[in-house]
Amino acid sequence: MAEVTKLIHEYLRHDKKFPHVWCPGCGIGIMLGALIRAIDRTGFSKDEIVMISGIGCTGRLPVYVDFNTLHTTHGRALTFATGVKLAKPSLKVIVIMGDGDAVAIGGNHFIHAARRNIDVTAIILNNSVYGMTGGQFSPTTPYGMKTTTTMYSNVEQAFKISELAITAGAAFVARGTVYHTRGLDSLFERAFMKKGFSVVEVISHCHTQYGRLNRMGTAVEMMEWQRDHAVTVEKAAQMNEEELRDKFKVGVLADRELPVFEDEYGKIRAMSKGTPAK
Amino acid sequence: MKKGIEVSIAASMAAKLARVEVIAAYPITPQTHIVEHLSELVANGELDAAYINVESEHSAMSACCGSSAAGARTFTSTSAQGLELMHEILFIASGMRLPIVMATVNRALSSPLSIWGDHSDVMAARDTGWIMLFCENGQEVVDSIIMAFKIAEDRRVLLPVMVNLDGFSLSHVIEPIEFPSQDEVDRFLPPYSPLYTLHPDKPVTMGAYAMPELYTEAKYAQEMAIVNSRSVVAQAMEEFGKSFGRSYKLVETYNTENADFVFIALGAINENIKTAIDALKEEGKEAGLISLRLFRPFPVEELLTALGNKKRAAVIERVMPGGALNSPLYNEVSSLVHAHNMNLSVQNYILGLGGRDAQPEEFMEIFRTADTKETSKKDMNFTVIGVRA
Ligand SMILES: Cc1ncc(C[n+]2csc(CCOP(=O)(O)OP(=O)(O)O)c2C)c(N)n1
Ligand code: SF4
Ligand SMILES: [Mg+2]
Repeated sequence: MAEVTKLIHEYLRHDKKFPHVWCPGCGIGIMLGALIRAIDRTGFSKDEIVMISGIGCTGRLPVYVDFNTLHTTHGRALTFATGVKLAKPSLKVIVIMGDGDAVAIGGNHFIHAARRNIDVTAIILNNSVYGMTGGQFSPTTPYGMKTTTTMYSNVEQAFKISELAITAGAAFVARGTVYHTRGLDSLFERAFMKKGFSVVEVISHCHTQYGRLNRMGTAVEMMEWQRDHAVTVEKAAQMNEEELRDKFKVGVLADRELPVFEDEYGKIRAMSKGTPAK
Repeated sequence: MKKGIEVSIAASMAAKLARVEVIAAYPITPQTHIVEHLSELVANGELDAAYINVESEHSAMSACCGSSAAGARTFTSTSAQGLELMHEILFIASGMRLPIVMATVNRALSSPLSIWGDHSDVMAARDTGWIMLFCENGQEVVDSIIMAFKIAEDRRVLLPVMVNLDGFSLSHVIEPIEFPSQDEVDRFLPPYSPLYTLHPDKPVTMGAYAMPELYTEAKYAQEMAIVNSRSVVAQAMEEFGKSFGRSYKLVETYNTENADFVFIALGAINENIKTAIDALKEEGKEAGLISLRLFRPFPVEELLTALGNKKRAAVIERVMPGGALNSPLYNEVSSLVHAHNMNLSVQNYILGLGGRDAQPEEFMEIFRTADTKETSKKDMNFTVIGVRA
């Protein structure tokens, strides 16, 4: 069997969940591929993994994979994840969110999960729009762009998800694109292996809604846009502000050792019981 | 002249005709077309209002409270999870006596996840102190939104009003709808002139801390306002009839004159019930329908009049009781029957959950079996139609 066929058989649910809901050409499927390859390489067993999502096109992802999965409500995936992780710290908890899920309706949970530095991986597919509900404004919609609720031009400034995560205290933060697929595999792998709150922001495209409204062309053309506007962290270090103006950085943006919530909490529990912390 | 139009778009045009000044909303299926269209009307200058793209429904209702407190005519719309996320602020809106109008596009609640229609969202919010109207068709949606502002802003009322329309089966259908002219609406609905408003020259405090010696009185005053709003709603409907030629009542009846049996229900499902009633008539059988256009405050007198001395009734609802003895509307009808010592046998049927169709045949079947049912002694005092094993 070809490698990819093996992975599909191993990790996707082949009972009644297909065809999937995503539009042909959507980046979410590409991200799903990268996720599965990365999980396969890290060697976690399927039963050790809990995949938790909110609601949205991206939020649909756990429906298709054969792990423990929780499909929660829009914006709350990280809080469900916090509960799962504290109840069973041995589980590998991976949260899949859209940009709306993560930084609009769930924005508060996002900054607090990062601040707390809980050992959970948050993967955010950023397509700059609410895909599922029909292409409305999201807090990651760039200034001046069109959405179905900003028909002429968005007047607000966009969040930079990765930078927000760094400032809020996440141990590991990386950004990739669905164009740089193999790069995504390794960013995911590193995020899974990192202890603490790890965030991977995946720049993707919603050609059906956002792309169409802004005349950005086909899915392929939007991926070419990703290729042309992404610069690696290493390359960015040699560029000036002006050169970086319409670009975004990809690669590992932060990787640091910070106290992890479960460890700290374990210490307090041990202390209160009079047993020295391990 | 009537215009064929999607009901959601018609709803947003009604808000425009009402000259809303602030809209704060977060998108959720099946409400999206309403707010998208409003944002477009604002963006292209057809509607002189502020449209706020908030980050959740909790923020939407909070922003609405802010703008209404500042004296602006305020509108929003939501569905399902969105309405539940607003829940905390729904009480703030009614407690602060803010005349916000919201179109609730009724949809099932998670979990399991469903985007389709039923009444679990509104029923979970039914006791939040909002006046609640239900609509059967697109024309009613348009007219109700215009009337809602008239009711909400009446100084005898000053309460938020929720206009309920069924998700998809009403919100997404195209219907022939008549729109009043802007002049006519302006005459019916003058600009909002608030009794109290936030103003730097004359500061007021809203929602301040009420100690135990005051809280009861504040809540009592609020309760009296909603109870007494019944006559204001009736007046608004009457006045609407005079202005626009379409008259509405708090409680509507269909074919009740000669029938001993009546259905009692809310919303768009009533159109299917009417089809069933017509079909039964052809078989020589008489059934009637009592449709509650007003659900909060509960139209006690009007329902009593409509019930007259009927013998049997079936309360149809699109929500699970969630551990209660019966579904919400049934419980109210049944306490009315007891309080007034009526000789009326009432059955409780639940159907149309999570978007499941409720066809006229099902109502015909309910009519046929309701007679022979003996439910009062059973643990589960309601029947769920069409559950598969
Ligand atoms: C409380 C609540 N409000 C609104 C919605 C409707 N809703 C579902 S998905 C979504 C936005 C999805 O956008 P995003 O998170 O960016 O995911 P995408 O579809 O773009 O992948 C919204 C607003 C909801 N499900 N629950
Ligand atoms: S609507 Fe956009 S985000 Fe959703 S599946 Fe289609 S392309 Fe992807
Ligand atoms: Mg998105």
